[in-house]
Amino acid sequence: MEKQWFTISVYAENNVGLLNRISGIFLKRHINIEGLNVSKSEIEHVSKFTIVVYTTEDWTRKIVGQIEKQIEVIKAFYHVDDEIIYQESALFKIASRLLFDERQIQNIIKESNSQIVTVSRDFFVLAKTGRRHEIDEMHDALEPYGIMQFVRSGRIAVTKAEMPITSILAEFQEQ
Amino acid sequence: METLKAQKESKKKEKAIKITGAEAIIHCLLAEGVDLIYGYPGGAIMPVYDELYKFQDKLTHVLTRHEQGATHAAQGYARVSGKVGVAMATSGPGATNLVTGLADAQIDSTPVVCITGQVPRHLLGSDAFQETDIVGISTPVTKWNYQVTKASEIPEIMAKAFYIAKSGRPGPVLVDITKNAQFEELDFVYEKCTGVRSYKPVPEPDLKSIEAAAELINNAKKPYIVFGQGVILGHAEEELKALVEKAGIPAAWTILGLSALDTDHPLNVGMVGMHGNYGPNVLTNECDVLIAIGMRFDDRVTGNLDTYAKQAKVIHFEIDPAEINKNVKVDVAVLGNAKQTLDLLLPLVQPNEHKEWKAEFDKKYQIEYDEVIQKDINPTKQGLTMGEVVEQINVASQHKAVIVTDVGQHQMITCRYVKFKQSKSNITSGGLGTMGFALPAAIGAKMGAQEREVVAIIGDGGYQMTIQELGVIFQHNLAVKIVVLNNDHLGMVRQWQELFFESRYASTVMTNPDFVKIAEGYHIKSRRVAERGELKDAIEEMMASKEPYFLEVKVEKEDNVFPMIPSGASVSDIRLK
Repeated sequence: MEKQWFTISVYAENNVGLLNRISGIFLKRHINIEGLNVSKSEIEHVSKFTIVVYTTEDWTRKIVGQIEKQIEVIKAFYHVDDEIIYQESALFKIASRLLFDERQIQNIIKESNSQIVTVSRDFFVLAKTGRRHEIDEMHDALEPYGIMQFVRSGRIAVTKAEMPITSILAEFQEQ
Repeated sequence: METLKAQKESKKKEKAIKITGAEAIIHCLLAEGVDLIYGYPGGAIMPVYDELYKFQDKLTHVLTRHEQGATHAAQGYARVSGKVGVAMATSGPGATNLVTGLADAQIDSTPVVCITGQVPRHLLGSDAFQETDIVGISTPVTKWNYQVTKASEIPEIMAKAFYIAKSGRPGPVLVDITKNAQFEELDFVYEKCTGVRSYKPVPEPDLKSIEAAAELINNAKKPYIVFGQGVILGHAEEELKALVEKAGIPAAWTILGLSALDTDHPLNVGMVGMHGNYGPNVLTNECDVLIAIGMRFDDRVTGNLDTYAKQAKVIHFEIDPAEINKNVKVDVAVLGNAKQTLDLLLPLVQPNEHKEWKAEFDKKYQIEYDEVIQKDINPTKQGLTMGEVVEQINVASQHKAVIVTDVGQHQMITCRYVKFKQSKSNITSGGLGTMGFALPAAIGAKMGAQEREVVAIIGDGGYQMTIQELGVIFQHNLAVKIVVLNNDHLGMVRQWQELFFESRYASTVMTNPDFVKIAEGYHIKSRRVAERGELKDAIEEMMASKEPYFLEVKVEKEDNVFPMIPSGASVSDIRLK
């Protein structure tokens, strides 16, 4: 089975230690977590983990099953990129002199639709929000000129399809 | 709503008593019906031990000689009684010594609650004396764990711990309690946990899948059941038997499923897996419908998955959705508790007999009998075999004893030849293969089923891993019967070395101590047998004893366990020699 990118969304109780429990499931199968974001969700007291992995669908399905089995996990889903609306953010720290020495830099900034967050005598910082490949392309374009620092955020994603968490929770509570 | 809630809260407060966290822990245990715990004291758990002293008329604490022994004893207790086993230890090394037992209980789905002391809250994370991050360490080997840092959390967390340990697919839970929480006072009220909103222990049975399963079974020419511990944990023994008999389906078991169906039942065809019976393995690849009940297609059961039951439609009765399609792709998954789902299935199944198909198993059994079994249980060669010892125990126990085994050759031989009439009789370390399991587990088994005979059959290697627990047997005068099958080797590893590493016996030869003298040191009646002529008498003497008894049997040093599916081979390539 072919490897591809999957976004795993986990709805869970907001508890200390749960992240350790979830990451352990990836560790056991020697799968690297490529992106991780934890935030509150649309439901009060329920956290949402958004995890990005590059692996086969078979393994993703098994991992999601094992995540869902954890006591504090309400529901876990996995999606391919087409099924979600997602964003990642990145910051690029670049030497300020390049703005003047390398004309191409200004074109990259314009074409990539990124923002200059701050400019100082020594460096400036570019912020870019977009899909993973857009950030990769911008990185590739800037790399030849020298990137002083680079960081990319975890993915945040919402699904195109409905996420029936509220009804799942209601069902749990009826029991 | 709010006023109702407030009223409820104030009522709760009226009932509350002001006690320390340590005392609260005892009250929680008592409220859960616990009257026996295994453990080992130490600094960070001392307030709880102080309360145990005060409550010793209601709650017996058994001091194992090592914390690992406490978890295995709790497991043995849980496995025979169906109740939750409880183990307790201090922080740091006390807690880390529980880890093997937790891992064993996790993989074998045993309900165990472990309570560990922890350094006071203000020292957490400071590398304090005997501080370890046991919650972090135990996360992958527990069904759930939690660190309590305030006394007020104790009742709710303890209730949750017991609920999670025993509900659904059971498993181990660890509750780590900081020392300050043991000393602090709280307003104690105990309410049993009846649910956790994010946790659904038993999936609702889906009638459509049960109908689909019935249709496959009714149309099958060569149906075949493989059952596991899910039958025992789900109390589905009667339903399994009814299904087997009504539909006339040959049934085989995994080692943790052993004893769920009478071993002498005419449709009980034996054991699957690496050292299982010949027919049950070979015919897995000839059946047309494979009905897996409460088992998880472990690699020691399936051999090479690419050649496992490919010709068959597979039905999987399972409580844990994560097990479906994990190893074997199934055609029909029936989620739920086995008792419930089999009960729903039974009326849909048509009465049948599969005489010709069953005869296939009989034919294969005859081949195995001639080639292997006869030589194992009625040997004519000089040295004693493990098989004949198990056979003699069968005769003496009349198939009624609880048999506890460790891990290795003796375990496989015992599981192959032991006879059971009653469920919850086979206590062994299955998934984890934990050497050292048997002696402490036998302690727990005896205390969990006092009216039953408990025989621990152990190899000379595993015995020495937890031999210190003889101290418990002596101190509590537990009438556990211990049989060490001594071949002066780590037999199973030696067998693999012989077969797959050209007989290079790297570190598998053991110079053993005088085991009889060691047992005598603990004032346990002991005997050593090295001659066939003495075996029957020795086993009869052991079984007749009302006290603990130790029997060492010197068996052939280099016997191998057959049949055997070589690692990575197909079940149909099982070797008879």
